[in-house]
Amino acid sequence: MNQRAPIIDIRNLDYAINGRPVFAGLDIQIPRGKVTAVMGPSGTGKTTLLRLITGQVLADGGEIKVAGQDMQALSRAELYVLRRRMGMLFQNGALLTDFSVFENVAFPLREHTDLTERLIRQLVLTKLQAVGLRGAAELMPAELSGGMSRRVALARAIVMDPELLIYDEPFVGLDPISLGVILRLIRRLNDTLGITSIVVSHDVQEISTVADQVFLLSGGKVVAGGTPQELKTNPTEIVKQFIGGLADGPVPFHFPAADYFGELMSRSEDL
Amino acid sequence: MFGELWESFTDALEGLGSVVHFLFRLIVNSPRVLLRFNLISQQIFNSGALSLIIIVLSGLFVGMVLGLQGFQLLQRFGSEEALGTAATIGLVKELGPVVTALLFAGRAGTALASELGLMRATDQLSAMEMMAVDPIQRVVVPRFLGGVIAMPLLAAIFSVIGIYGAQLVGVQIMGVDSGSFWSQMRSAVSLTDVTEGIAKSFAFGVACSLIAVYQGYYATPTAEGVGRATTSTVVTSAVVILFLDYLITAAFL
Repeated sequence: MNQRAPIIDIRNLDYAINGRPVFAGLDIQIPRGKVTAVMGPSGTGKTTLLRLITGQVLADGGEIKVAGQDMQALSRAELYVLRRRMGMLFQNGALLTDFSVFENVAFPLREHTDLTERLIRQLVLTKLQAVGLRGAAELMPAELSGGMSRRVALARAIVMDPELLIYDEPFVGLDPISLGVILRLIRRLNDTLGITSIVVSHDVQEISTVADQVFLLSGGKVVAGGTPQELKTNPTEIVKQFIGGLADGPVPFHFPAADYFGELMSRSEDL
Repeated sequence: MFGELWESFTDALEGLGSVVHFLFRLIVNSPRVLLRFNLISQQIFNSGALSLIIIVLSGLFVGMVLGLQGFQLLQRFGSEEALGTAATIGLVKELGPVVTALLFAGRAGTALASELGLMRATDQLSAMEMMAVDPIQRVVVPRFLGGVIAMPLLAAIFSVIGIYGAQLVGVQIMGVDSGSFWSQMRSAVSLTDVTEGIAKSFAFGVACSLIAVYQGYYATPTAEGVGRATTSTVVTSAVVILFLDYLITAAFL
């Protein structure tokens, strides 16, 4: 396979939820071996984009190629084969609550391989060591803090040695220390394992420190792309609003509503 | 008015269709899961063994009531020796499967529905999908088969304990002759009676487990959605159990 070809190649993507278009003609190419951030205001379909990339939902039109394979044309079995090459970190970790930390990380190995117990133990402990939680192997998910859960989920996501690691909002609700740990892990895992990372987030400052490349989504399209530095100097209004965290701008402060004065008056007449 | 009626009729039909489709998916996936029997035995424990106390206690009390009521009624005709037969037929054909299934829906069915609903709400099912593990195969089918296997066993235990309860009241307290209690029962209760009971408990097991896993798997992933799935598991199961009970009873006539 061509190592220079983008690992994810999305062209002219259309997708609508309940008739409301989320993406209309989206184009995005994500290169191999880099940390790519996908940012955007809430509700722009960042998580939906991940669901499309991982084949959890199918696009209405356009083309999504992941590692050279057309997601629209894959059978369920082929999709599962492809997913073994991906790891995904969910917003809340999504650990299996019935299993201990060790068993959670061992889960993909037990389901997909016939490795001996000894080898599984070694692999799991190695991955837990990588996220700094080897000592928590016997704990249950309910005993973990939010940051720890996410690190365990990260260990589970890398246990099958994926080529592509996807993070869905990995910084939400973390204290500064846990946040720093996750940030460093994203960079370190990407570089030491030689994988591709996609991070969906709206934490501008945090993501700028680890991402090689950033895409800013808004209104169903990529409105800006480049290195974090390039984005900071981008003169477009929407980019300035997002990066600067301004309350009003192209993304309005007010949800679309009827005329304010008119509505206030009509309510009082009804009463 | 007519339009609304028609709409709710087609909605109901659509719901039934999707349940049948779901059942079909479970059956198609069952052979592969049967090879990993440890997954199923864990669920037999969860649905079956953990329901044992409520089943044993209820069986005992239902049997004791049957013993008391049956004795009073039969005494009027001077045929209290038939108490064993009356209680056994009542338990094996009717009360055993039906009451067990209602209790099973309340105890194991709700547990299944809320467990699956919470797994859905906390992204555990999506996480499995992303690990290329089919949640239907790994999570739903073992729970379904566990329930299908546990339910007839529980119904059998319920009936046995119930007969013991009837004997306890009828023979030990009311003084019915022990020999005639047991011998009349053995000669009067036929294999068809027992088969009917087994058929019912198996059918109820399939229905209860299917309704529970379906409601849980397709629960709206919110606290309210999981609550609604749990409630409708009990309500739907109860109605379906009693409806099936009528159908199977009629079929065995």
